[in-house]
Amino acid sequence: MISAPDVVAFTKEDEYEEEPYNEPALPEEYSVPLFPYASQGANPWSKLSGAKFSRDFILISEFSEQVGPQPLLTIPNDTKVFGTFDLNYFSLRIMSVDYQASFVGHPPGSAYPKLNFVEDSKVVLGDSKEGAFAYVHHLTLYDLEARGFVRPFCMAYISADQHKIMQQFQELSAEFSKASECLKMGNRKAFAGELEKKLKDLDYTRTVLHTETEIQKKANDKGFYTSQAIEKANELANVEKSIIEHQDLLRQIRSYPRQKMKIPDLHPGDTEHTQGQADQVSTTSNPEESANADLYTCRPAYTPKLIKAKSTKCFDKKLKTLEELCDTEYFTQTLAQLSHIEHMFRGDLCYLLTNQIDKALRKQQHITNFLFEDFVEVDDRMEKQENVPSRHSQDRLPSRPVEECPIPKVLISVGSYKSSVESVLIKMEQELGDAEYKEVEATESSSFDPQENLDYLDMDMKGSISSGESIEVLGTEKSSSVLSKSDSQASLTVPLSPHVVRSKAVSHRTISEDSIEVLSTCPSEALIPDDFKASYPSAINEEEAYADNEGTIHFQASVSPPELGETQEGSLENTPSQIDSSCCIGKESEGQLVPLPTPAYTLSDEDGVVSIPPQRYRQKDQGIHVDVMMENTDPSRDNSCEMFSAYELDPSCLLGSRDVSKMSLDNYSDTTSYMSSVASTSSDRIPSAHSAGLSSERHKKRAGQNALKFIRQYPFAHPAIYSLLSGRTLVVLGEDETIVRKLVTALSIFVPSYGYYPKPVKHWISSPLHIMDFQKWKLIGLQRVASPASMGTLHTLSRYSRYTSILDLDSKTLRCPLYRGTLVPRLADHRTQIKRGSTYYLHVQSMLTQLCSKAFLYTFCHHLHLPAHSEETQEAVASRQTSFLKLNLGLVNEDIKVVQYLAELLKLHYMQESPGTTHPLLRFDYVPSFLYKI
Amino acid sequence: MLRWLIGGGREPQGLAEKAALQTIGEDQSQNPYTELLVLKAHRDIVRFLVQLDDNRFASAGDDGIIIVWNAQTGEKLLELRGHTQKITAVIAFPSLDSCEVDSQLILTASADRTVGVWDCDTGRQIQRVSCFQSTVKCLTVLQGLDIWLSGGNDLGVWNRKLDLLCKTDHLSDTGISALVEIPRNCVVAAVGKELIIFRLVAPTEGLLEWDIIEVKRLLDHQDNILSLVNINDKSFVTGSHVGELIIWDALDWTVQACERSFWNPSPQPDAQQEIKLCQKQNDISINHFTCDEENIFAAVGRGLYVYNLQLKHVIACQKTAHDSNVLHIDRLPNRQLISCSEDGSVRIWEVREKQQLAAEPVPTGFFNMWGFGRVNKQASQPVKKQQENGTTCSLELIGDLIGHSSSVEMFLYFEDHGLVTCSADHLIILWKNGEQESGFRSIKLFQKLEEDGDLHPAV
Repeated sequence: MISAPDVVAFTKEDEYEEEPYNEPALPEEYSVPLFPYASQGANPWSKLSGAKFSRDFILISEFSEQVGPQPLLTIPNDTKVFGTFDLNYFSLRIMSVDYQASFVGHPPGSAYPKLNFVEDSKVVLGDSKEGAFAYVHHLTLYDLEARGFVRPFCMAYISADQHKIMQQFQELSAEFSKASECLKMGNRKAFAGELEKKLKDLDYTRTVLHTETEIQKKANDKGFYTSQAIEKANELANVEKSIIEHQDLLRQIRSYPRQKMKIPDLHPGDTEHTQGQADQVSTTSNPEESANADLYTCRPAYTPKLIKAKSTKCFDKKLKTLEELCDTEYFTQTLAQLSHIEHMFRGDLCYLLTNQIDKALRKQQHITNFLFEDFVEVDDRMEKQENVPSRHSQDRLPSRPVEECPIPKVLISVGSYKSSVESVLIKMEQELGDAEYKEVEATESSSFDPQENLDYLDMDMKGSISSGESIEVLGTEKSSSVLSKSDSQASLTVPLSPHVVRSKAVSHRTISEDSIEVLSTCPSEALIPDDFKASYPSAINEEEAYADNEGTIHFQASVSPPELGETQEGSLENTPSQIDSSCCIGKESEGQLVPLPTPAYTLSDEDGVVSIPPQRYRQKDQGIHVDVMMENTDPSRDNSCEMFSAYELDPSCLLGSRDVSKMSLDNYSDTTSYMSSVASTSSDRIPSAHSAGLSSERHKKRAGQNALKFIRQYPFAHPAIYSLLSGRTLVVLGEDETIVRKLVTALSIFVPSYGYYPKPVKHWISSPLHIMDFQKWKLIGLQRVASPASMGTLHTLSRYSRYTSILDLDSKTLRCPLYRGTLVPRLADHRTQIKRGSTYYLHVQSMLTQLCSKAFLYTFCHHLHLPAHSEETQEAVASRQTSFLKLNLGLVNEDIKVVQYLAELLKLHYMQESPGTTHPLLRFDYVPSFLYKI
Repeated sequence: MLRWLIGGGREPQGLAEKAALQTIGEDQSQNPYTELLVLKAHRDIVRFLVQLDDNRFASAGDDGIIIVWNAQTGEKLLELRGHTQKITAVIAFPSLDSCEVDSQLILTASADRTVGVWDCDTGRQIQRVSCFQSTVKCLTVLQGLDIWLSGGNDLGVWNRKLDLLCKTDHLSDTGISALVEIPRNCVVAAVGKELIIFRLVAPTEGLLEWDIIEVKRLLDHQDNILSLVNINDKSFVTGSHVGELIIWDALDWTVQACERSFWNPSPQPDAQQEIKLCQKQNDISINHFTCDEENIFAAVGRGLYVYNLQLKHVIACQKTAHDSNVLHIDRLPNRQLISCSEDGSVRIWEVREKQQLAAEPVPTGFFNMWGFGRVNKQASQPVKKQQENGTTCSLELIGDLIGHSSSVEMFLYFEDHGLVTCSADHLIILWKNGEQESGFRSIKLFQKLEEDGDLHPAV
C-alpha cells in the first residue's frame, strides 16, 4: 500500500457506512483549516458544490411511451440522497440525449416486426445549473406490449463532480455495461417467456376459432359464406398471422448470439454477491448457465387463454414495470451490480484515483507483494480467470480460422436476418393505410404452405421496392438521431434482391442450430416457415457475389471490419467516420495522475451540457466482432479492462450491499476458519472467494482497529509482532474463542504469506499441535481447555516451544525471543496518534511495503549472495551480507532476521514453478525465549 | 512497566545430575539444523532409511510401501507398492561399475515372506521372490561376489538375477537377526545367542554349483545377540541383550576382547551382580553400534558409551543420553555423534577431552585425531562427578532436534543435504542447515534469473 494514510482518512471513508449523516466531525487532529473559498463551493473536498443532492447516486429512468421520461428508481433508494434534486427534470434531460436507435417504426399489428439487438450507448451529460453531471447509459428492453416491442431505459450515474465522471468514464462504462448486460439478459429471458405464453394463447385461440369455423361450415351448407363466417375466417387468419409473427419474434430473441451473451459475463464476484444477498440464486449452479438452460424451455405450467380479436390499445393498459420486464433473478443481480457500482465510485475522486494509483503501483511490485498484500492474490487469481476471455479476444484476430469461426458467422446471421426483416418492414409501412389489403394478404399468408413462404417474402419485397415513402418515414424517424448503422443502412437498402434475402436467411439457418433445436420443443413448430433450410450451403460466399448491392454492406462490414469506414461513408455522412473506442478518450485532462488514459470530453460551457455523441461502435449491431478487434488495437481499452477487472475484484465491491457488509467480523473469521480447516484437512490450500471477503475494507478496518488495541494494551506487542514477521509461529492461547479469533484476525495483518494463497493463519484449533502445523501455520489460535485432555495440548506446546512464541491471553503473558530492533516500534507504536483502524491498517501496509522493498533488494542483489571469486569463503560472503543489511538497509539486531526471512520467502516464491508445488519450509533459530508479563 | 522473566528454556545445566537426562537449552549455537521439512507419505511406522545415491534415499516401514525421495527438495520421487505386509529389511544393491546398463536396485524383504527387487530409477518391480519358508529378517549384499544373502530361518544365497544359488538347512526358529560379511568369503550370522560362521564356495572348475558351508559356531554370548557390526577387516563386534560386548577376530574367529560389564565403567566385581539385578535388562541391552578406527560407539539402553579399542575400556559415556532407549547411533564425518531414541528426539553429541584429567595417560594420537579446539568454550561446563577410572573424555550434547512426536527409528546423514529421520509417527523429517540452504537458494535464484533472461533485461 503506498497511499498516504491520513489523506485517505480525510476523505471520510466512514461517511457512507452506518450513519452517513450523523457522523461526528473529523477528529481534531486531522482537521485542516478549510479552503478559504469553501463558501463558493470551491473547496477541494466539497461534495456539494452547488448540487442539490448530497452524494452520488444512480438513477434509472424510462422514456415511457405513455407519460414520457420518468424516473424509476434510485440507488441507494433513499430520498435523502438526492434531496431536492429534481429527478423528473433530470430524467427528461438524460432521456432527451438522443437515443432513438432502437426505435423501430413498427405500427401495431404489422407482420414480421423486427427486433433490434442494439448496443447500449454511453453518454456523459452535465447540467451546471443543477450542479449535476451524469454518466448516462442507455439501453432498451423488450416488451411485447410496448411500441415496437422496445422500451428505452437509461441508467445514470449522477455526481456533482464533473471530473469524477470524466476520469472514471472507462470504469463506469465497464461496470454499467455489466449491469446492463445482466438486465438485458434477464429481459430476453422474460421476453422469450412472454412470447411463449402469447404463442400458446394464440395457438389455443386458433384452435378455438378453427373449431368454430368448422362448426359454422358444417352448419351452413348453402354454398356461400355468411358475413359472420367471413369475419371468423378473418379472425382466424389474423391469429395465424399473429402466430407467425410471434414465432418469428421468438426466434429472433432466441437467436441472440450466444457469444454476445458470453462476453460481458456476469462476473463471479457479482454472483457471489447475489448469493450472499438473496438466496434466490442457487449456490451450486452458475446462474447464467441455469438461465441459459431454461431460457428457451417452455414452461408447461402455463394454461393458454383465449385472445380477443381486438387487442387493447396500448394506452388503455398499464405498461410493465422494470421489474416485470426482467427475470427476477437477473433483476436482483442487476440491482446488486448497481449498488456495487454505487459503492465502488462513492467517495471523493481523489480517493478513487489514489486507490487506482495504489493498485497500479502494487501491480509493479509483483515480486514482493504476495508477502503482505491481502487481496493482491485475489486480484491475480481473478485476473487469471478474467484473462481467459480476454486472451480469447486477443487470439481471435490472428488465429481465427478454427474455433473462432462461428463468431463472425453468427454475427452475419444477426445482421442479415435483421436486414431482411427490415425490408419486410418497409413493405408493412407502405401497407399501413391499406387495412383491407392487409387483411386479405394475411389470410393468404396464413393459408400459405410454409415452403412457399420464401417466395412470398420475395414477392412482397419486390412490391415494396418502388415505394420511397417508407424510406422517408424511417429516415425522418431515425436520421434525426445518430443512427444505428445497420438500421439506417437497412432503411436505405431499397433494392433488395430476393437472392440476397434468401441467402441471408440461409446463412442464418446454417449457423444458429442451437436455437432451432430448442424451437422444436415449441408446440406450434409446424408453423415456423421452413424456408430457412440450408439450400445454399455456401451462403457467405454468395454474399460476396452480391457485394455491389447495398444490402450486403453490413455483411462485408461484419466479415471484414476494416472496410467498415469506407463502406459507411457513402451511407452515413453525418456521422463521424470510423470512431473507434479511442475516440471516447480524447484529450487527457491536465494533472492526470493515473497511468491509464481516462476520457475527457469537450464541454460546451454555454449551456453547461456536455453533449457527447454516442460512440458509434456501441451501436453497431453486428459490432461485437468489431468491438473485440478494437479492444485489441487500442491499448487504452486493454488498460481499462485491466483496471476494471481490478476494480471488480476489489473486495470492497464484493460487499457492496449493506446486508452483506453488516456481517460481523466474527462471521468472517468463521468462514475463514472453516476455510482453513478445509484447507488443513485436505492439505491443499484452496483459494476461495471467501478470502476475498476476508480482506474487505471492513475487515481491514476491524483488523487494524484490533491490532491497534493490541498494541496499546500489551506492552509486549513488539516481540509478538517480531515473531510473526520473522516467521516464528505465534500461538495465541485462550479460552474464549471470540477473543482469540479477534486477536488472530488482528495480528494476521503482520503475517507474511508464502504465496498467492490464503495467509498461513489458523484462527482456532483445539487439538494438540503437531510439527506439521508449525510448518503450515504462522499464526494459530489455540483453545485452552480446562479438562485433563488439554494436558496433551500443553505438553506438545512445551515440547515444540522452540518453534513457537506463545501468547497466553488468559494470563496475559508472552513467551518468545527477545526483540531489540527498531522496525517494529515504528510499525507498532503504542503511542501512535493513529486512531482509526483503517488508517492504521494502511500505515502497517506502507511500512511493510517498505520492508518488502528492503527484502527485495537484499534478495536480488547479485554480489551479496554469490562469491566474488572462487576462493572466497562462505564467511566472507556472509559478512558482506551482514554489512549490507546493517549499513545499506539500516537494520539493527533482530530486524535482520525479519528481512532474511522475507528474503527466503521471496526466493522460494520466485523459484516455485507453479504455485503450491514446493513445500513450505519451517525455518527456526535456536534462540532462548523469554517470558513477558504485563 | 514491562519486565520479563527468564523462561524455562534455559535450564541451569550444571545442576543436572549424572543420572538425570542432560538437557540443552534453546541456545544451541553449534546446532546447524535450522530448517526442517516434514515429509508425509507413509501411513504407518517408518523403520528403514536407505541411501541410494548422493541425492536420493528410500524409506520403508510397516505400511509395506517403499518411497524414494529427493533428499534435497523433499520431493517424493517414486512410490513402490507391492508388499502386502510390513517391510522387515531393505538394502540397496548398487549397480556394477562395469555394467552400466543395470540401474540401481533396492531389495526389500517383507513379512509377507517375499523379497522384492525394484528398479529405483523407474519404480518398476523387477522381480519378486516368494519361495521363502519364513520371513526374511536381514539382507546383505556381497559386492565382491555380486551376490546377496537373505537371512530368515535359513540362509539363502542369490545372484543379481535372483537365482537361488544355494541355501543352508533350517537353522533356528528365531531366525537370523543379523548378518555381516567378513573376510575370506565368510559371513557371520547372529542366531539367538549363537554366532555362526559360514563360508561361501564359489563355483570353480571342479565344482559347478555355489555352496555354503557352516564353519563354526561361537557360543560366548549369554543372551540374544542384538547387534553385529564390522569394525575393520580384522575384527567385528557383537553386543547382546545383557550388555555383553565381544570383539572378535575376523580371521580366526577368536575373542579379542570381552566386556561383560562395560556399561558400568567403575566395575566393582563384588557389586556387579547386585547392579545387574537392580537394573532393568532394557537399560543394558546393546541396541546399536557404530565404529571408527579408534572407538566403538555403543547405544546401551538409554545411554551412550565410547569404548576405546586400544585402551580396551570405556573412555566416555552418557548414561542417560535419552529419556528412552536409544535406537540408532551414527558417527558423522564432522566428528559428531548422533543418536535417536524412542523418546522421539535426536541428539547431537561431541566427544570432548576432559580438561581436568590431564594427568591420565591418554594416547596423544587419539586426541590429535579428534582435534578439539573449543576447550575454553566449555569453561562454564559443569564439573561432572568423575567416573574415576579411565573415562577421560566426555560426550557433550551440542544440540537436539525435536520434531517427531513418537519414537525415532532411524536416521540417515547426507553430506550435502543434512539429516533425514524417520519415526513411528509416520513422518520423515529432513533437517537442513538453514544458512547453507539459504545460500543454495540464492544461487538457484540467480541461475533462474539468468535462465529467464531477467538478469540482462532486453535492450
